Amino acid sequence: MQVANKKMEVSAIENGTVIDHIPPTALFKVIEILHLDKIEDQLFFATNLRSNRIGKKALIKIVDRYCNDYDISYLALVAPTARISTIKNFEVVDKSQIEPPQEVSGFVRCANPMCITNHEKIKTRFTVSSQQGELSLKCRYCEKTTMQEQIEIINEK
Amino acid sequence: MQKSLVSIDDFSKEQIVHILGLAAEFEANPRQKILEGKVVASLFFEPSTRTRLSFESAVNQLGGRVIGFSDANATSVSKGETLHDTIKVITNYCDMIVMRHPVEGAARYASEVASVPVINAGDGANQHPTQTLLDLYSIAKTQGRIDGINIMMVGDLKYGRTVHSLLQALSHFKANFTFVSPVELQMPIEYKKFLYEKGISYYETSDIMERMSETDIIYMTRVQRERFADTMEYERVKNAYVLRRDMLNDTKDTMKILHPLPRVNEIHKDVDNSGKAYYFEQTQNGVYARQAVISHLLGLK
Ligand SMILES: [Zn+2]
Repeated sequence: MQVANKKMEVSAIENGTVIDHIPPTALFKVIEILHLDKIEDQLFFATNLRSNRIGKKALIKIVDRYCNDYDISYLALVAPTARISTIKNFEVVDKSQIEPPQEVSGFVRCANPMCITNHEKIKTRFTVSSQQGELSLKCRYCEKTTMQEQIEIINEK
Repeated sequence: MQKSLVSIDDFSKEQIVHILGLAAEFEANPRQKILEGKVVASLFFEPSTRTRLSFESAVNQLGGRVIGFSDANATSVSKGETLHDTIKVITNYCDMIVMRHPVEGAARYASEVASVPVINAGDGANQHPTQTLLDLYSIAKTQGRIDGINIMMVGDLKYGRTVHSLLQALSHFKANFTFVSPVELQMPIEYKKFLYEKGISYYETSDIMERMSETDIIYMTRVQRERFADTMEYERVKNAYVLRRDMLNDTKDTMKILHPLPRVNEIHKDVDNSGKAYYFEQTQNGVYARQAVISHLLGLK
């Protein structure tokens, strides 16, 4: 029963991408990062589903669309627990964990209010490192660190 | 892109050693006319008379010319011009930019926009690398070496940018660190971790006397009232980090006291003529260290 349920949740689309195990609080950030609010393909999402791994989770299914690694790497900033499945012909053909990017350009706001990037229109730039599974982003300009829980998305990438 | 000095990390160990050598050369002969025909823009978006005069004196003594401003209120910046545009324009008028700005990261950004080298003369609470180089030069000059120094950093080690940069720079030279501060103002964990990863030892205490007799350098900083959430706590600790002459009795003959200045009351006046006070000479060394950086970045030395 469990297995059948799972199969239904994940592979009910014929072709496309399923992003699973998203923390519910990150769902809309993920939609934003992948610009899913702008696409014209069919899109399903669900949230507050039960998850053995992370308690509650959200899930996104995108019909007929595959995400590139660059976009996916950015998901690590907001949803490091997420799993990406590529679906072809109702079958999962590829399932991967997300590798965080080594550098982030634009997209994330520097958490330091005294940083030049928060005073002038300058694209932010960070180098990413991870300590005990927690990402930290060091700003190229003010040299301060933005921790994962402080990540705030800027709209243009 | 042109090489700039924004953060002390921009210089390798070899470059730092080279700068210290040049500083000694300029001290022996500070009036070489090697900047003849060069124009240095001195852009102080916030006032800092001490730092500005040190840079301008460094340039003038080498025969260079200085243009610029000492306060952003007098410029188009106060009319809302962006830093980007200000730098884009001024870069055409000069061979080098020296800038101080209240916003963190401003100098790094300027170095990307400018077509000439940029020297950061302080960007908010972030970096002030020529201060670090003059501190290093002062240490090397008074101790006759830069390697394996016992240094005691005292006071506000949490927010003090000068101690953080000095720690980073001295990590190239196998220094032994003692951190003396109230619990509220201890050296941040990231810097302790940085030392640990480089295999450098440090010792942490709240007792200023504990390592006094072994130390080569005491680096004093100011403990500011604003840093304490609890004023009672400030009142309790403020006098624990004030240096007085009678505390220096058992110190090494060669021991010297440094302070980035201005001091308030953390060094008692009776220390000034103890022979161990070095904070005023330290300021003088700033001119030589800055001459060294300027001539190095312009490719003249
Ligand atoms: Zn920043």
